[in-house]
Amino acid sequence: MTSSLPTDFWGRIYFLITNYSSSFLRGAGTTIAIAFVGTAVGCLIGFIVGIIQTIPINPNDSGIKKILLGIVNAVLKVYVEVFRGTPMIVQAMFIYYGALMYLGISMGMWFAAFFIVSINTGAYMAETVRGGIISVDLGQTEGAMAIGMTHFQTMLYVVFPQTLRNIIPQIGNNLIINIKDSSVLSVIGTVELFYAAKQTAGAYYWYFESMTVAMAVYLAMTLITSFLLRKWEKKLDGSAVFDLATTDTLAHTSGMLHAPTRRNREV
Amino acid sequence: MSDEIIRVSHLGKSFGNNVVLRDINFTVSKGDVTSIIGSSGSGKSTLLRCINLLETPTSGEILYHGVPINSRNVNASEYRTHVGMVFQSFNLFSNMSVLDNCIIGQTKVLKKKKDDAILKAVKYLEKVGMAPYINAKPHQLSGGQKQRVAIARALAMEPEVLLFDEPTSALDPEMVGEVLAVMRDLVREGMTMIVVTHEMAFARDVSNHVIFMSEGVICEEGTPEEIFRNPRNERTKEFLARFTQN
Repeated sequence: MTSSLPTDFWGRIYFLITNYSSSFLRGAGTTIAIAFVGTAVGCLIGFIVGIIQTIPINPNDSGIKKILLGIVNAVLKVYVEVFRGTPMIVQAMFIYYGALMYLGISMGMWFAAFFIVSINTGAYMAETVRGGIISVDLGQTEGAMAIGMTHFQTMLYVVFPQTLRNIIPQIGNNLIINIKDSSVLSVIGTVELFYAAKQTAGAYYWYFESMTVAMAVYLAMTLITSFLLRKWEKKLDGSAVFDLATTDTLAHTSGMLHAPTRRNREV
Repeated sequence: MSDEIIRVSHLGKSFGNNVVLRDINFTVSKGDVTSIIGSSGSGKSTLLRCINLLETPTSGEILYHGVPINSRNVNASEYRTHVGMVFQSFNLFSNMSVLDNCIIGQTKVLKKKKDDAILKAVKYLEKVGMAPYINAKPHQLSGGQKQRVAIARALAMEPEVLLFDEPTSALDPEMVGEVLAVMRDLVREGMTMIVVTHEMAFARDVSNHVIFMSEGVICEEGTPEEIFRNPRNERTKEFLARFTQN
């Protein structure tokens, strides 16, 4: 049996690829799923926390609103500091085993993974969103308020789209970090890429070869992700040129007017 | 009395210990063009921002058709749809095209149908000569063009009063003319306006009421003739002398 196994580096790599590709790919798929869902939910948490933290308090507001907002802000601050200030690998075991032993909840591999990555990303994104909202020129808010928008409408239609554009690089950063750092979830038995590679490595004691494959797959995933993020960013920036509308302005309202589509945008 | 729109009564504003406005009183009636002049730091812009509730007055009242709008139970957003504002720094929404800038308030705040909003937006963009640029983004326009779009955006809400906060101060001299021309057109059509400005010619020729402010108080007010021909207050004379010298 052992005599049929390859002994050189490239032979072993080839062997792993031909015999264990499905195990590596399944692990990679799990990693991607955890990273994307975790980043998406984390962004959502970050946006909500970031918005709450930037609600302005007017001197005219009622006392109840001020107190309530103060309490909520304090809780959110604790959340951000705790999850930013502790390692994800420790959080994973703390939450997983804590829920299991003291609350009697067995989280299951998927839920535990999504939950831990999401709240971790959320803590980071909260600060990013807060910074993104603050960095949008105050004049934009005043312009929106001056045409009668409420705080919520101002956020939704004016501040938010600009915040999103400004923090895309940071969202991308988080996504890439999550692709890599989801590997720590192997400590609670999540079968992602690192776990799969470790299993394979353990079967033959080919740690170097197995990790080489894992390295290559991780790198491929992060490179493709950053390429796609750049594309998305470009798309959001829109065209660098614009068409002058015809001087017959009545024509616009009778059907010549069309929002720029993806095709006519890229000139 | 019935056509009185805005009455500012004993208005005061301070930031901490810094008193910016003191006991300001004046009224604006339908069709009035009120120019507020004065040197920088005299509180002109703060006064205008108080009228639009972008600043909360510390004392006194602002009455809109007799209703005090700086009290707690008045909906500031609803009030602002009647009192438009044009800013020194344009403040066009940089994530939207020229057209979207002019329809977002109509569709989201006034809840108009999109088709009607587009018609109205194009109508006002045409008035300010910016209709060909509906597809442009604000950063692709010159300062004068941006300000004209900002005026169209305010007009598209069809406000009763339009406030201008130094609308030409951030513009190159050659672009000042195009914005002032648009404003003169509005005056001709009977638009009620309050204009904080350094354009003395505009204040003198176009407005029917001039307010001169200094150190947070109204030093002198009256018709353009009274202020520009026969200023009575020493500070007004001094201020206007500096302008006519240059």
